[in-house]
Amino acid sequence: MIHDLTRIADAAAAPEPESALTNVSRRALLGGAGALVLALAVRAPAARAADEKKFGADGMPRGWRDDPTVFVAVAPDGTVTITCHRQEMGQGVRTSVALVVADELDADWAKVKVVQAHGDEDRFGNQDTDGSRSLRHFFMPLRRAGAAARAMLVEAAAQRWKVPAAEVTAENGTLTHAKSGRTLGYGDVAEAAAKLTPPDRAGIALKDPSAFRYIGKGQIGLIDNRDITTGKAIYGLDTRVEGMLYAVVARPPVFGGKLKTYDAAEAMKVPGVVKVITIDPPAPPVEFQPLGGVAVIAKNTWAAIKGREALKLTWDDGPNASYDSDTYRATLEEAVRKPGKVVRQEGDVDAALKGAAKRLEAEYYVPHLVQAPMEPPAATVRIAKDGKVEAWGCVQAPQAARDRIAKRLGIDPKTVTVNVTLLGGGFGRKSKPDYFVEAALCSKAMDGAPVKMTWTREDDLHNGYYHTVSVERIEAGLDAKGMPVAWLHRSAAPTIGSIFVDGADHEIPIELGMGLVNVPFAIPNVRMENPAAPAHVRIGWFRSVSNIPHAFAAQSFIAEMAHAAGRDPKDYLLEVIGPARVIDPVKIGDVWNYGEDPSRYPYDTGRLRKVIEAASKGIGWGRELPKGRGLGIAGHYSFVSYTAAAAEVEVGPKGEITVHRVDIAIDCGTQINPERVRSQLEGAVVMGMGLALTAQITFKNGRTVQDNLDTYELTRIDAAPKVIEVHLVPGGDYAKPLGGVGEPGVPPVAPAIVNAVFAASGRRIRQLPIRDKLSA
Amino acid sequence: MINLSVNGEERRYEGDPEMPLLWYLRDELGLTGTKFGCGIAACGACTIHVGGTAVRACQTPVSAADGQPVVTIEGLSADGNHPVQAAWRDLNVAQCGYCQTGQIMQAAALLKDTPKPSDDDIDSAMSGNLCRCGTYPRIRAAIKQAAGVTPKTEQGGRL
Repeated sequence: MIHDLTRIADAAAAPEPESALTNVSRRALLGGAGALVLALAVRAPAARAADEKKFGADGMPRGWRDDPTVFVAVAPDGTVTITCHRQEMGQGVRTSVALVVADELDADWAKVKVVQAHGDEDRFGNQDTDGSRSLRHFFMPLRRAGAAARAMLVEAAAQRWKVPAAEVTAENGTLTHAKSGRTLGYGDVAEAAAKLTPPDRAGIALKDPSAFRYIGKGQIGLIDNRDITTGKAIYGLDTRVEGMLYAVVARPPVFGGKLKTYDAAEAMKVPGVVKVITIDPPAPPVEFQPLGGVAVIAKNTWAAIKGREALKLTWDDGPNASYDSDTYRATLEEAVRKPGKVVRQEGDVDAALKGAAKRLEAEYYVPHLVQAPMEPPAATVRIAKDGKVEAWGCVQAPQAARDRIAKRLGIDPKTVTVNVTLLGGGFGRKSKPDYFVEAALCSKAMDGAPVKMTWTREDDLHNGYYHTVSVERIEAGLDAKGMPVAWLHRSAAPTIGSIFVDGADHEIPIELGMGLVNVPFAIPNVRMENPAAPAHVRIGWFRSVSNIPHAFAAQSFIAEMAHAAGRDPKDYLLEVIGPARVIDPVKIGDVWNYGEDPSRYPYDTGRLRKVIEAASKGIGWGRELPKGRGLGIAGHYSFVSYTAAAAEVEVGPKGEITVHRVDIAIDCGTQINPERVRSQLEGAVVMGMGLALTAQITFKNGRTVQDNLDTYELTRIDAAPKVIEVHLVPGGDYAKPLGGVGEPGVPPVAPAIVNAVFAASGRRIRQLPIRDKLSA
Repeated sequence: MINLSVNGEERRYEGDPEMPLLWYLRDELGLTGTKFGCGIAACGACTIHVGGTAVRACQTPVSAADGQPVVTIEGLSADGNHPVQAAWRDLNVAQCGYCQTGQIMQAAALLKDTPKPSDDDIDSAMSGNLCRCGTYPRIRAAIKQAAGVTPKTEQGGRL
């Protein structure tokens, strides 16, 4: 996503959307501005003109590597060590990366170990783990790394035996020369193989997919299973370094606020507190800079927390002192009731609305959210006497952490090593390494002693990078048969771009392309508008990002249209999508398309139809239901994958909601590790349900109202559906490009639930979370 | 002076008696399998056993464990093969895994008191343990498997 954000800065500043594409190209020419870096791809397959738009992994900062010496090591005892350069936050990437390499390597899985790469994109290629793209971008490079390593082992064995390499076979960690009946273990030739030159990319022979043993099978358990279940797994917060101190920070309670006065006398009296320092507020744009405030450094976490409680602080709350989410909602509502910046237009919407047999309009509200990974942000930094910096922590973008530490300390990034632990969840929060910079500043203040920065849950909720807040207004004109002839969607939401360009107040291409402009409906007259919406908090990305409000609005509204037309919602949705066809994303206003080549990744409505059909079939669409129950459905395209959710919901006599069952279907291309695809989808249902039913972040006087997980209410096991059924569109076609998995499950869940609530109760919810809105 | 037994080892503690066990275990003893998630007993990531009962270490002062046996995830079983741990692996319950040590400790306590839990028993015992990754369906299944209600699958955690 960092890479995508290099586009954001320009796009946010761009006056008109049609210049966005030009800006992307110009951006590539100029390289990064501000703190963002856009590097050329490393070892890209062919030299390209610098201003040619690059896609996929080629388009990412520092691209990709497929060098076997970077990703694979074989020890003399036969242990195969695979380096995972993507961060593990629950998506299973350490397992999935390893099984891809191991399969092409023909390794014995029992001898495979995974080590986590440190943050070094020059060495590993892009490491920024978000945007649901680890396997999408690295499946082929990792296959090549495994296959190249295998070829080197085969060659080393052939040399040892003085036979042609073609006569040597490799299987499950063993090399065989069938003619002579000789065998060697991988470890026996590991040293000799390491001295060979890796084969040219063109000469690497990849397996035929029919020979895959691990890829696509889903029978490999999590590589970290034992460590996780025995408490040995190390997350960022678990870092322990000799002589380590512990810190927490009192940050401005209002975004943009500054410390006015502070008195640390009482804090210093708390046993264990060793030092109190101030951290300067950021200069706009805030980007990934610390928010400033007062850090308390102590001998244990508890002392640091108690010390912080004892600080006497006064703040200048700054320009956002009056930010109030209720008032702001009214501001957004006002914005969507007037014309805004046109971001897609086809036909004549105004005329079609005037001539429509029936007109419908509705407004939908999705509040701020915060990612709240179970492990709050945490980082440890040590500065050695020679100036070398070592950091440890949970971070989705370790290169970004490295660069931001270096920038703040005024040193060369090459002197900074960022070691990546397991992440106790990420969901976008840990893409922003402000906490690493805080730890570095504390270490510096302690003459380089290692300092662990802990964010408490209150910090996580009070000082977050919040999911945007939005009002979506859709107006449609229906013909005499009830089918839409006009669609006008206005989306008002503060933009992620605002953390990169101060004052940016329009959605930028990545947000517009998350289900606002790029809807594939068979409607002749469409217009999407984006009125301005200034940000008053740090806006960040949250799993599936703007797809959440856009899909909630569009998929709810189509169900409303179906009702107005007197039609079955599933049949109607399919008819609005129209027949199976392939659409160029650029032609529906999406210049971004998740960074993928629109010719390789066109919008295929047939695939969307198929997942809607799979989810509805799974839940038994149309079946007889007990009184008080209803079914709802929604389908959505995101992260170049197609998902649909169908929910069975019961609304009790007092308005209490029970989600009994959710069927979720995905077409993400073939599944490299189907077992983890399932788990990601199961989890997405629970997360989508949480934001549909209970979760919200609100603001009063510029301050977050929710303090902790008692008031920021997430789905618990007793509310989770008893049945979550995942339907995978059958895989196996490796010629087709891969789609994302981590995020696409989330967007259709909330509209499916809300549509089911309507089916169950006749009551239409247009504001999330539902909470007790049905009890009145 | 507070005397504790942590995973069978005798410990003496002379610091702030109000310090939550969580920070004593993590920062002083290095037992980092007990996780910090909220600090207010709202998430269950820090669940341990004190005197055989599941408690939230973030809201249990060290003084409250004086003279009591404390068991953390590191001490749940000598070989890491408690039936709950084994079931968790067999069904690949974990996603990020951060909350799972607390989930496992809570589930182990549930099964000790209620060897054959119903769905309602599970929901009620486990509802204090949040999982942001949303692994609840597999947690339910793993508890039933550990209880012997459902057989081991050998589907996921085998290799």
